[in-house]
Amino acid sequence: MYQHIVLAADGSENALRAAREAVKIATLSPNTLVDIIYVASFDQARADMLHAASPDSLLLERKRKVATVEQLLLEAQIHYKVTILKGEPAPEIIKYVNAQAVDLVIIGSRGLNGLQEMVLGSVSHKVMKRVNCPALIVK
Amino acid sequence: MQTLQQQWFGNIQADILSGIVVALALIPEAIAFSILAGVDPMVGLYASFTMATVIAIVGGRPAMISAATGAMALVIVDLVADHGLHYLLAATILTGLIQILLGVLGIAKLMRFIPNSVMIGFVNSLAILVFLAQLPHFIGGNGITYVFLIITIGIVYFIPKFFKLIPAPLIAVIILTTAAILLHLDVKTVGDLGAVPTSLPTFLLPNIPLTWETFAIILPYSLALAVVGLLESLLTAQILDDMTDTKSNKNMEARGQGIANIINGFLGGMAGCAMIGQSMINVKSGGRGRLSTLVAGVFLMFLIVALRDIVIAIPMPVLAGIMVMVAVSAFDWGSLKYATTAPKSDVFVMLTTIIIVLYTDNLAIGVVTGIIISALFFVSKISKVNITSTNGTYIIEGPLFFASTKAFIEQLELATEQHVTIDLTSSHLWDESSVGAIVKVVSRLEEKGQTVQIIGMNPASQALYQKLVGLS
Repeated sequence: MYQHIVLAADGSENALRAAREAVKIATLSPNTLVDIIYVASFDQARADMLHAASPDSLLLERKRKVATVEQLLLEAQIHYKVTILKGEPAPEIIKYVNAQAVDLVIIGSRGLNGLQEMVLGSVSHKVMKRVNCPALIVK
Repeated sequence: MQTLQQQWFGNIQADILSGIVVALALIPEAIAFSILAGVDPMVGLYASFTMATVIAIVGGRPAMISAATGAMALVIVDLVADHGLHYLLAATILTGLIQILLGVLGIAKLMRFIPNSVMIGFVNSLAILVFLAQLPHFIGGNGITYVFLIITIGIVYFIPKFFKLIPAPLIAVIILTTAAILLHLDVKTVGDLGAVPTSLPTFLLPNIPLTWETFAIILPYSLALAVVGLLESLLTAQILDDMTDTKSNKNMEARGQGIANIINGFLGGMAGCAMIGQSMINVKSGGRGRLSTLVAGVFLMFLIVALRDIVIAIPMPVLAGIMVMVAVSAFDWGSLKYATTAPKSDVFVMLTTIIIVLYTDNLAIGVVTGIIISALFFVSKISKVNITSTNGTYIIEGPLFFASTKAFIEQLELATEQHVTIDLTSSHLWDESSVGAIVKVVSRLEEKGQTVQIIGMNPASQALYQKLVGLS
């Protein structure tokens, strides 16, 4: 089955729904690794730094964004790891996934910013189009 | 940390491309910041060339872009207006010397003491000041002035959503300058504000009397420039560290800023520092190494030579529009939410910083005041000790030091139990005052015939206690 699943998380409700599907799929086989990736967007870099007390507290702040997703996997006793990437969300996810042997990408259909999606197109759509592996988009 | 070779040649192709993008983006801003400071556009353009080129070699944060900036321009407005360009050049050189000194003394460590409330106040007041400085350039202007302003803002806002190859502000400059020339439109231009010299930067000694009086005039400006320049540079370095997941040498950067400003002053440029916006453009465009900064500087020089005759024809409302958008993106819009969710003392510090900057027109005074107020808030916050008592056992929660011992003594002195136990498990003795306070309380109570036992002192506190009461 799926040995290496990449789960994109951004702290949103949709990412949590995606995580629930990831749990369902990962429990199908015993040795599945779920790779939770969070992309700290370049556009947010200045605001993130201004509002963090220090670079260390910024790291903590970002880890908290995936904490609910992590909790879900922990409870289901699924083997997972958390990776924080920097850049534009869609290209970073695509680059990361295509650079290694990933069996499945799971991503929520709509992230945090509704207006941006209308103007720029959604991250999940771009990811689906350009990754070299199956993608599951969770509504 | 990367090796020097990696810092220079680890990313050649992307560095060259991103450097060119940055140079294109720098041109309109450098001109606009010159006008903000009240100097000739060439002064800002030369400064941007010199800063970028020198910092590429001596800076501590690869891929960071330094040039003429709004923050520095705002500090020097009065100096230029009252005393002229040569005092500015002298002040720039002195700024460099101060920055080198601060770098040698390890200023980077001190930067950690600046709370984010002050930083947010700093960027917001900077944005507000840049915005306010644009108003005279279009308020009361003719219809074309407003049309140009609105078209510029539209271009800068919408074009990047579809086309990212050429920086949008430059597109606005090219289109609208061409339109103004071809259609003979009645609109104020850069040339109307003063003549533009077309010589290349040359070494020159500032033409000022070398007296104490001169020194007294430029010193306050140089101090403010040094503070503001390092603040913005080290904030930018921190942001770039985060974006690129690499480390930088902040003290080396401080010294580098100093060296760049000294050379800058001798070459006829206005004081500069790192630019958050341009540095982010560089990284987003793929720039990672020192080469990107060098290319930005060198290509900017090439553009200056090629475009110097066109600079004077740029309509003022176009520059004003670009600056309005610079202000909009420099403002931290997240602070509107911050103002309602952050602790009240933090919000107070942020607002105080902004108000003082706007009132004094001086970023440095606002920042320093903000730091002092937040330090006082911090001391008052951690000086709160919580004392709970049950059956003669007093549990002390919170550190004991000079600012917190008063409450401790006042409450413990009133203890009426025959046997008093002071539990210091959740406390820590920091200084002579805290040890003194304990000795005082114990002796007071014993004078009244009570017995006192102290428990739970941690090893560090115990060592301090024994040392200060003379035991060993």
